[in-house]
Amino acid sequence: MKVHEYQAKELFVERGLAVPDGEVATTPEEAEAIASRIGDQVVVKAQVHVGGRGKAGGVKLAKDPAEAKEKATAILGMDIKGLTVEKVLVTRAVDIVEEYYIGLIMDRASKRPMFIVSAEGGMDIEAVAAETPEKIHTLAVDPRYGVQGWQVRQLAFKTTSDPVVVKGMVKALTVLYDVFMATDASLIEINPFVKTKDGECWSVDAKLNIDDNALYRQKRVAEMRDMSAEDASEMEAKEAGLSFVKLDGNVGCIVNGAGLAMATMDLVQFFGGMPANFLDIGGSSNPDKVVKAMNIILRDQNVKAILFNIFGGITRCDDVAAGLLKATEQLDVKVPIVVRLTGTNEEKGREMLEGTSLHPVVTMDEGVQKALELAGGAQ
Amino acid sequence: MSVFINQHSKIVVQGITGRDGGFHAGQMKEYGAGNNLVAGVTPGKGGQEAVGVPVFNTVQDAVDATGADTSCIFVPPAFAVDAIYEAVSAGIKLVVCITEGLPVNDMMAAYTFVKDSGARLIGPNCPGLISPGQSKVGILPGHICREGKVGVVSRSGTLTYEVVDQLTRNGLGQSTCIGIGGDPIVGTNFIDCLEAFEADPETEAAILIGEIGGDDEEKAAEYIQEKVSIPVVSFIAGRTAPPGKRMGHAGAIVSGGKGTAESKEAAFTAAGVPVAKKPSDLVPLLAEKYAPAKAALENN
Repeated sequence: MKVHEYQAKELFVERGLAVPDGEVATTPEEAEAIASRIGDQVVVKAQVHVGGRGKAGGVKLAKDPAEAKEKATAILGMDIKGLTVEKVLVTRAVDIVEEYYIGLIMDRASKRPMFIVSAEGGMDIEAVAAETPEKIHTLAVDPRYGVQGWQVRQLAFKTTSDPVVVKGMVKALTVLYDVFMATDASLIEINPFVKTKDGECWSVDAKLNIDDNALYRQKRVAEMRDMSAEDASEMEAKEAGLSFVKLDGNVGCIVNGAGLAMATMDLVQFFGGMPANFLDIGGSSNPDKVVKAMNIILRDQNVKAILFNIFGGITRCDDVAAGLLKATEQLDVKVPIVVRLTGTNEEKGREMLEGTSLHPVVTMDEGVQKALELAGGAQ
Repeated sequence: MSVFINQHSKIVVQGITGRDGGFHAGQMKEYGAGNNLVAGVTPGKGGQEAVGVPVFNTVQDAVDATGADTSCIFVPPAFAVDAIYEAVSAGIKLVVCITEGLPVNDMMAAYTFVKDSGARLIGPNCPGLISPGQSKVGILPGHICREGKVGVVSRSGTLTYEVVDQLTRNGLGQSTCIGIGGDPIVGTNFIDCLEAFEADPETEAAILIGEIGGDDEEKAAEYIQEKVSIPVVSFIAGRTAPPGKRMGHAGAIVSGGKGTAESKEAAFTAAGVPVAKKPSDLVPLLAEKYAPAKAALENN
């Protein structure tokens, strides 16, 4: 789950980390009022869960409240990489002389939280890593003992010799670790972390991603979820215990298991088609899940055929068959359905589907080819 | 022979009185040669019996009473990390965590704890492992497997079944099939399994099933080139996955241009490990490098 910049900054401020004064606005009038209160130049920043907001025109400087209103009018409602801007953060502009990148990620290789720091701030850190890896310093922390003061000092001194920046960075890195562990984050970054003309350090941006697996114990963070920024079908699927990702093709896929679901999508493409979605109905199958899955997929007007690819392990083929029958009864299904059932209770499952309009197949290859043919051939 | 488990494994199921735990404990009990299931653990239900084995309140009690050396975890995600610590602390040498949805940051510390204790963790979020004819720990369906000499290692569950099923249908048995799990942090990686396959005199070839996310496949490719003499073929799932989207498994995500199927495929190709374009190509690909697979295909 992603947390907005303004929400992440709240968590920073609570821990004593300096962020420029600011508030979130949903209307141009609110933006104007916030700018008046701040009484200085402000930056109006789109609050959307994508990178490259600045380049897309979603971050603008305004010298007075009237201009803040004008910029907010332009940014609110704007489409950035497919997401509509619903909120802007209006924040005091600072006079930046130096920009740094500081971040903390769950590092899969070291299996530890790893700090990433660079003097090349304000840029895409992946580009820095690719082009000038020597400008990036990292530190993996043993989570059993937590981060030690000397570790962050050493890391800061590797990045700069400026005592003002070192002091500010040590504080910021310590707070990042604290927020990371407290919120079950998978990524947290400040880009840029800046030094101003007046010799002050500020965290002027914030990005925070939370591990979905830990949301059950992160009530406060979970409440920060911006439903307007989420795909409605994906959220609905999640609530039903399904894992769903919408794609652009015309073959709807309903599969048990993530690996097999990915392999099924890949196979659709291999045979010249395009999958309409990724959908994993999960382990223990209950017929209602199948109904829900069908419901979500049928809403997509592009879908011209549906392929069920079920390899029964925990999932029982007769359960899936029961769900399929229930779904075809309840829903007005106009597209052909190809069914591949194999594994636990496959015979029982196939028997249940006999005499229906469904298209049974034995192998995955056959299933994909049949679904493509029924969807009107390869694209 | 087999790796990590055998007919002498003594299994304790943590969460044996739950729906999934109970069902699969029963399956494990019936599978294999040696009555491998010896105990169950559910706090507060000590003294009861489940699927014909005694239930204990703690793993330590189960170990003391039955000599269990292998644990299989089915407890809910909020308690599963604790279950891993408990099993390792009780002296269990192999811990297989089936549960999905464990907070990843908790797993960082747990991983190091398990390593330092000298135990092995498989998973979390995995189907476990099976040595056909000998023993199974987890949820892999026994009836699709057959005794033999091909090792299978995979980040997936049902995709593994798909591949194992194809091997079996073509008359190729397996020495051990291991599902290492779909999470970003898992206790046992591809290299650990390849090392074990290479050292096992009864494993003559291996199939590796990877997927997008992380760089375990790239590291495995390097390892195979340097250290593995048995033939290995591979498949990578998720080449059509859009970047930035978690594809079911918490670990299956392409982020910041890293963890793509292309990168993994290139690494395997460079290491001389053929990459199948589709799962059904794996056995024919194996046949090109492993004579018994060729013979099996010709006989079928």
